[in-house]
Amino acid sequence: MSSANPLKPSERMKIPRQEPIEQAAAERMTNFLEVSFGFDDERSVIEAKRCLDCKQPLCIDGCPVGIDIPAFIGLVLKKDYVGAVNKIREANYLPAICGRVCPQESQCEELCVLGKKLTPVAIGKLERFVADFEMQQNLFTPPVIAEHREEKVAIVGSGPAGLTCAAELARKGYQVTIFEALHAVGGVLRYGIPEFRLPKEILDIETERIKALGVQIYLNFVIGRTATIDELFGEWGFKAIFLATGAGTPTFLGIPGENLSGVYSANEFLTRVNLMGAYRFPDFDTPIRIGKTVAVIGGGNTAMDAVRTAKRLGAEHAYLIYRRSRSEMPARQEEIHHAEQEGIELLLLTNPTRILADNNNWVCGIECQRMELGEPDDSGRRRPVPVKGSEFVVEIQTLVEAIGQKPNPIIQSTTPGLDTSKRGTVVTNEQQATSRPGIFAGGDLSRGGATVILAMRDGKQAAAAIHDYLEKT
Amino acid sequence: MYRIVRKQVLAPTITRFEIEAPFIAKKRKAGNFVMIRVENHGERIPLTIADGDPARGTITLIVQAIGKTTKLLCSKEQGEEVLDVVGPLGNPTPIEHIGHVVCVGGGVGTAELYPIAKALCDAGNTVSTIIGARSHDLVILEHEMRAIPSTTYVTTDDGSYGRRGFVTDQLKDILDSGNPVGAVFAIGPLPMMKAVSDLTRSYKVHTLVSLNTIMVDGTGMCGGCRVTIGGEMKFACVDGPEFDGHKVDFTELMMRNRTYVDMERIADERYRCQLAGLTQENVQ
Ligand SMILES: Cc1cc2nc3c(=O)[nH]c(=O)nc-3n(C[C@H](O)[C@H](O)[C@H](O)COP(=O)(O)OP(=O)(O)OC[C@H]3O[C@@H](n4cnc5c(N)ncnc54)[C@H](O)[C@@H]3O)c2cc1C
Ligand code: SF4
Ligand code: FES
Repeated sequence: MSSANPLKPSERMKIPRQEPIEQAAAERMTNFLEVSFGFDDERSVIEAKRCLDCKQPLCIDGCPVGIDIPAFIGLVLKKDYVGAVNKIREANYLPAICGRVCPQESQCEELCVLGKKLTPVAIGKLERFVADFEMQQNLFTPPVIAEHREEKVAIVGSGPAGLTCAAELARKGYQVTIFEALHAVGGVLRYGIPEFRLPKEILDIETERIKALGVQIYLNFVIGRTATIDELFGEWGFKAIFLATGAGTPTFLGIPGENLSGVYSANEFLTRVNLMGAYRFPDFDTPIRIGKTVAVIGGGNTAMDAVRTAKRLGAEHAYLIYRRSRSEMPARQEEIHHAEQEGIELLLLTNPTRILADNNNWVCGIECQRMELGEPDDSGRRRPVPVKGSEFVVEIQTLVEAIGQKPNPIIQSTTPGLDTSKRGTVVTNEQQATSRPGIFAGGDLSRGGATVILAMRDGKQAAAAIHDYLEKT
Repeated sequence: MYRIVRKQVLAPTITRFEIEAPFIAKKRKAGNFVMIRVENHGERIPLTIADGDPARGTITLIVQAIGKTTKLLCSKEQGEEVLDVVGPLGNPTPIEHIGHVVCVGGGVGTAELYPIAKALCDAGNTVSTIIGARSHDLVILEHEMRAIPSTTYVTTDDGSYGRRGFVTDQLKDILDSGNPVGAVFAIGPLPMMKAVSDLTRSYKVHTLVSLNTIMVDGTGMCGGCRVTIGGEMKFACVDGPEFDGHKVDFTELMMRNRTYVDMERIADERYRCQLAGLTQENVQ
């Protein structure tokens, strides 16, 4: 394959991992523009030279959709960026998005052999570069749809799982319709992940490309309400359905004071800002309330996004309150790093116990207790236990809870025969088939909160399974 | 896009719209609502579906112009379009044969009450209706309520029409009249629903109220609509919007609903300036 690299392995290993171009912290704290601009072509080519082009590339195993990583990196080396992005697209239909939001450090880059002694190849940044290059130069060529198939397939939800499944099936020639409850496409990519991490323009371009495959999209259409699953099979004439409604229902801690004014779920907070444009109030009508001091509870990507958004909306102090220690935060490393640069104050090993109110029922403080790490729990992580008598109060005017989401039950409760777990997720087999013939499910709906790329993997798997199912029936 | 096929002004600030939304028209039941967004950059707001015609594919919304979004909507004319309409959302009102029921509507809440009163009558109930308004010109749907048919009482705060006083004065008379009341359905401003619930509690008459909360999506994904019902957290959009009035923490809800008053005023003010600017341009 690509022996375009003239350097010997020892020489390649001397090249340092390239640093992405970024907006300075002081500047970006006052805007919603993208934090990272990624690599330019020069850095990309240098970075590509670092790849050892392993005989048994481990990185591919680390990628949930199995992108042929060394092959695309080889094409970057030859400056065939469009070739590279098309190589990626064989396995992954949303490269500009994945290059930005995948937790590479625990996937492909974690397994890259260079990471054992040195630093792994910046696979994510390379992926992003070639995808952005293609977009900027307008070099996208739509895939050819080989044959036309009559069968209609419905996709419920337009997050990464739904979009991927739609693209895969449309490429196979099926008649695909997406039903989306909100007034815009994208799921969490639209309402959850902020503009400064994933510009919505990218999502819009990807969406247009999927539409160009002939995929029909009904917005403002809540399955289970506007029409039921059984009606989709019946009068609508769909032959198979993929459920990809995500895990959109917020959960709350259950501590006193959660219904006070000024307390948000992360979903509400981020939806107001991202989907409804509250960061541009009053040019957009939807308001958001930011106190001088804001606290966000949680340690995942959602918490990071909320706390960094609060800072950008003008909070003087933005705290992140997390029960465990820094190394256990599930958020992407890059986001934690960026958050710290932006002056986010981490209150680690800290557990909120009570929300305090002023005379007008507005939040005015949060009582917390300090935690210490005890014995490992089931997940192998050391369990945080409260330190007696360590209660203290942080004065705040806005509180955001980002402690996790569960699937919205609307479809499950209106679709007889669809098995769900105790956690409210839809049960599937490895092919993403549910307990009802013809109904498949994936993404956060079947996994609980997971990642964009796992949602896409499920979308791909479901498309393959739906194809098999329709071939047989 | 959802086209306005008919517009009718019912009272100085209250407008009735028939909007093309065929899927919703087919599915909607009494008590359901829709979320609408009038234009780009706009807010999503909940509006109860007052009626629907599956054959023509239209739903009826009755809107009181109070804030920016409702004023903008009320400025739309027949033939114009609304950007987003999604529904039917929320649980339909449980319609059962109870016997004698009293439906209490305050202000534009009367519009939301109308389909419920009608459905209750169709289910074989004897329906009494109390329509409350500030003054005569704000009394809506009186003829429709009478035609259901129901025994209809009107109260106005200023006495300009019907009985002078509050809906609770009339309700108390009915509760005291000896004609047993099986249930009360109350829809209107929060203080009114609270007053009705406080009254019926002492009579031990089951009371259903429809809560208008802050909402963003209306499908259970933001939690902005959360209310405390009998000490438990519920989401008004998916667990309601109707709840047992005796269990609702009205005080908390009234406080929560004030979260954005000042910002709503800014939006409203700006909208008025924009309108003024527009007319000025037209003059020039
Ligand atoms: C704030 C935030 C930040 C995140 N950051 C990252 C990150 O950096 N990297 C990463 O890998 N992962 C991240 N995640 C997780 C990731 O976004 C999700 O795992 C992923 O989006 C799940 O995709 P999905 O397609 O299953 O569902 P979703 O993206 O949730 O999409 C579901 C869609 O279905 C629609 N829907 C729901 N019910 C219905 C219905 N009844 N009818 C019609 N439509 C319906 C919803 O409106 C929504 O559009 C983040 C999550 C959040 C909340
Ligand atoms: S594991 Fe690392 S060095 Fe090896 S092929 Fe993959 S990216 Fe290149
Ligand atoms: S309006 Fe968002 S959950 Fe009810």
